[in-house]
Amino acid sequence: MLEFLSLFVLIIDATLRVSTPLILAALAGLFAERSGVFDIALEGKMLGGAFAAGAVAAATGSAWLGLGAAVLASVALAMVHAYACVTHQGNQIISGMAMNILIAGLAPTLGLAWFSLGGQTPALGDGARFRPITLPFADALADVPILGEIYSEIISGHNIFVYITLAAVPITAWFLYRSRFGLRLRAVGENPEAVDTAGINVYWMRYQALIVTGILCGVAGAYLSTGQNAAFIRNMTAGQGFIALAALIFGKWRPVPTMLACFMFAFADAVQARLQGVDLPIVGVIPVQFVDALPFVLTVVVLAGFIGKSVAPKSGGIPYVKER
Amino acid sequence: MNQSARREDIPGWLTHIVVPGFNLLLAFVLSGILIAVIGENPFRALSLLIKGAFIYGDSLGFTLYYTTNFMFTGLAVSIAFHCGLFNIGGEGQAYVSGLGVALVGLYLGHLPVLIVIPLGIMAAALFGGIWGVIPGYLQAKRGSHVVITTIMFNFIAAALMTYLLVEVLIKPGQQSPESREFAPNIWLPYAHDVMNWFGINMLSTPLNLSFIFAIIVSVLTWGLIWHTRWGYEMRTVGQNPTAAVYAGISTSRNIILAMFLSGAVAGGVGINEIMGIHHRLLLDFTSGFGFVGIAVALMGRNHPFGIFLAALLFGVLFQGGTELSFDMPKVNRDMVVVIQGLVILFSGAMESVFRPHIIRLFVRTRTAIAAPAE
Repeated sequence: MLEFLSLFVLIIDATLRVSTPLILAALAGLFAERSGVFDIALEGKMLGGAFAAGAVAAATGSAWLGLGAAVLASVALAMVHAYACVTHQGNQIISGMAMNILIAGLAPTLGLAWFSLGGQTPALGDGARFRPITLPFADALADVPILGEIYSEIISGHNIFVYITLAAVPITAWFLYRSRFGLRLRAVGENPEAVDTAGINVYWMRYQALIVTGILCGVAGAYLSTGQNAAFIRNMTAGQGFIALAALIFGKWRPVPTMLACFMFAFADAVQARLQGVDLPIVGVIPVQFVDALPFVLTVVVLAGFIGKSVAPKSGGIPYVKER
Repeated sequence: MNQSARREDIPGWLTHIVVPGFNLLLAFVLSGILIAVIGENPFRALSLLIKGAFIYGDSLGFTLYYTTNFMFTGLAVSIAFHCGLFNIGGEGQAYVSGLGVALVGLYLGHLPVLIVIPLGIMAAALFGGIWGVIPGYLQAKRGSHVVITTIMFNFIAAALMTYLLVEVLIKPGQQSPESREFAPNIWLPYAHDVMNWFGINMLSTPLNLSFIFAIIVSVLTWGLIWHTRWGYEMRTVGQNPTAAVYAGISTSRNIILAMFLSGAVAGGVGINEIMGIHHRLLLDFTSGFGFVGIAVALMGRNHPFGIFLAALLFGVLFQGGTELSFDMPKVNRDMVVVIQGLVILFSGAMESVFRPHIIRLFVRTRTAIAAPAE
């Protein structure tokens, strides 16, 4: 029983750690896509943010400066996307693809030129990265059976990013459904003509949405290189931006279901890591690749409408041309 | 601007050559600036790149070998594009096509050359086509956005192929996830072998018969898109699906067809890499060639000849970039990826940013020249 509990605690702990960048990136995508701008460059912006954070934290020794650099880099990329696709009505998919490929090359190129470590950034010392936070009384309560263990292992002892992310979901939901900004944001993604007629600047709304997208992706990237790990590593996002995109679709572009989808994908990953090579009754050994493919297979199934139907914001991907 | 807003006043060479050329130039100028920023001389880099791609003994063969891959993936993107679809799944389609070749090579490799080689080519096209047609079907019949599903299918392909190579097709008693080598019947002849038959001495390179096949596929694609009813229907669906419906053209049938053909053509990478060079299935043999196809198609303006030129340019960049990194360790294959991203950005997403300015400049210059005569 106790063994089972500690296994459970370990898996939930891992789920929280793995899901954090996914949720941040998925919320980033939510702002962009709800405003009517497809953004398949969540991956590229995260990677750019991770590199900026890793590089600046290594150079200055400050994790917070690293985080600031990550946000700046990611917002800059989002603004290029906005300039190409909102101002100049360029193809949003092509622009996103360009961003992903550009950063996949640029980060290791700059990394190699600045640090000569084969494209990585130097390993960060404790001061230059975000350490786990121990909540009050966590150590004192650790010995209390079950509840103490849950409090000290699952709730306490995480990175600041984990708590920020868990707070970001209700805040996003509130903004989206309860604030004037959220109402306009949703409207601009569904029916920009109507929003324009009401005297609201469609372009500026979409720019604002993409600024938020940039900030969130930057934070997600900083978590990867200065929170979860202690350096930027080549291609360290490894498809997480696309898993986030999958979660966003799976969650039907809504904050809480999107978060649950991220939890599900992260949970599957955590269970898989624990059960690697274990021969389970009935199903046998679950191949790693099965869990790797799971988010993408499920998303295709949902997109195809075989289990529920996921419908994108109506004006997603269509550039808005103001009538003159 | 009102003096000549009419489109017929603007000559074709301006919009078809000058504007894309300017966008391309911009991508290369930015790349040059980046090379300068990391402390190397961009002009020396350029000259090393060109030497590395053409001049050294065996370099042309390597350049054309890369070109072959990019012709296939570029054509694949363009076929879907003509039908109004953006196929980002070339990477996955090419990867799965290797599985088709491998199944023929592993289990039918003992058949005579004249049977097994066409069989291998057909298997590559079929497997790549299937990996393209599933997203095509879901787009046509279920309305699932083809961009998203093809992205997802790239990841599914990666997981599937890793699983098959690690657990099923791996050569017994071996550590690295590779299949056993195929029987030589299915190996495509290398260019240097063919040259030797004619008594011409050529250094050994990965260039093989697939290059000729890529040229044939280019011509076939050109014929299909502009000179058959199928191509006409696909282009109609791509340009105006509503009009297509009124003309009695089935959009869903054409979407499915275009995605099958697109995936099948992407399968050319499997032919070049697996039948031509490696002669066994291995992990990640596509190494990003599918994504290069997007840049190639955009640069080549979705025309087979333009795609050939763009594929050649990227062949030069890949081969020259490899050679370059021996002399300039800071400038390696990642730099080529940067250039690829910039080309997609400027020739694709920002295509129309500079066009009005260039046209306005042209009109103003023309008016200025014409004015004294009036």
